[in-house]
Amino acid sequence: MKNEGLPPHIAPISYLVALWAILWREALRFTHQRGRFFAALVRPLIWLLVFAAGFRAALGLSISPPYETYITYETYIVPGLCGMILLFNGMQSSLSLVYDREMGSMRLLLTCPLPRWWLLSCKLLASTVISILQVYVFLACAAIAGVHPPWPGYVMILPALILSGLMLGALGLALSSFIKQLENFAGVMNFVVFPMFFLSSALYPLWKMAESSRLLHHICAANPFTHGVELIRFAFYQQWNPMAFLVTLGFAVLFMALAVWGYDPSQAMIRRKK
Amino acid sequence: MTGLAVENLSYAYGPRKVLKNISFTVEQGAFCALLGPNGAGKSTLYALLTRLFTAPKGRIELAGMDLRQSPLAALAQIGVVFQQPTLDMDLTVEQNLHYFASLQGLVGNSSRNAITGALDVMSIADRRRTRVRDLNGGHRRRTEIARALLHRPQLLLLDEPTVGLDAAARDSLTAHIHGLCHSQNLTVLWATHLVDEVRPEDRLLILHQGKLLRDGIAGDIGGADLAANFLDLTAAPA
Repeated sequence: MKNEGLPPHIAPISYLVALWAILWREALRFTHQRGRFFAALVRPLIWLLVFAAGFRAALGLSISPPYETYITYETYIVPGLCGMILLFNGMQSSLSLVYDREMGSMRLLLTCPLPRWWLLSCKLLASTVISILQVYVFLACAAIAGVHPPWPGYVMILPALILSGLMLGALGLALSSFIKQLENFAGVMNFVVFPMFFLSSALYPLWKMAESSRLLHHICAANPFTHGVELIRFAFYQQWNPMAFLVTLGFAVLFMALAVWGYDPSQAMIRRKK
Repeated sequence: MTGLAVENLSYAYGPRKVLKNISFTVEQGAFCALLGPNGAGKSTLYALLTRLFTAPKGRIELAGMDLRQSPLAALAQIGVVFQQPTLDMDLTVEQNLHYFASLQGLVGNSSRNAITGALDVMSIADRRRTRVRDLNGGHRRRTEIARALLHRPQLLLLDEPTVGLDAAARDSLTAHIHGLCHSQNLTVLWATHLVDEVRPEDRLLILHQGKLLRDGIAGDIGGADLAANFLDLTAAPA
């Protein structure tokens, strides 16, 4: 890392102070945006309680890892819906970053005397924490509705949620650095979020996809979101999926590197060509 | 010491050049007005001074710190007020300032003292616990400036800080910053397109179509009528 000439009053503790401040601000903003919280909660609950009920009869699920017995379709899609919350929240954070940039508060953050990669990492961590809180509220609602994986799984999924949340948040961060205006965000929903969600193992197992199209199966298998979801799914059943872990970690690093590059001050020139 | 030095600075958005070989220096403790019509390149200059972008050519020194060589140390010397509002509307004045103080490495008592001091300096101590959404435009701007002063910067960069304010609030804010400049030996770069915000004794830079047309004392440049001279200067292509 380049020595950027840290000013004397910026001690190493300042890194943690800034992280805490950004977390605190995101949490305050979140509590002020209750509509956003309910929207984030209602979306997966509709999938779980309405969509899954309809599909239950149509989809037969054979036994495949990590499941050791037949499961209901509702049980199958719970990890995918956790992933959905992380994915949509990652994009929501990205949207608010573009808004922040247009409004000026992102500019303010980037002029602070701390390395830019650290400021972006703080933003990423803060949005991931908020996402994970939402996942647990969703899981509580699902449990009340009678859909719950094994109880130890609720603890075991935490590292998987953190890694998947970081990967999807970093994707949002990278996208926000390349999006010039809020209006372009509809494109992100159509060309990133929906394909990522539907071309994954969130709603149907990959072997089921292979039965209908080999090509779609390959695309789903290559989708990093699939691996994030599988990491969560296996963690629910206290199992370790090394492939899912490595792919999720790899993409998290790649997306973060892209975000740091996209927010580099010398790259701004390229981005803002008119 | 030099408060701000810019040397041979150029910047282009693709083929469109927006700053063309700009050079100037501002002494520590001086109030310098950067006057230019819309599109003159003022906001781009501010983006470069605050390292939102970096220019391939030219050199910037903030309170004696080279921005390219020691970017973080240089950024620690500046307080910035952007043209766009940057406050969180749903937070109180104090919460907004506390957030920014933390980003500047201030914690505990040093943060509380800095907030009290900055609010006093900007004469808005009584608004400490007011939500920003409930403040009028003038007080919001004062809060932004208080925020920019928290870490006791050497150089204050203000990009059209009076946008959207009525005449009385504009006068009051301009006078307040002039006062700060003298009482705290603060260097100020104040971008505006409004001639009446410039005093005859101020240092003045006139920017037009990316070129620095004038650099001197406002009274000398403007003569009897700065407004008329400014209009004449910027009517023709640079």
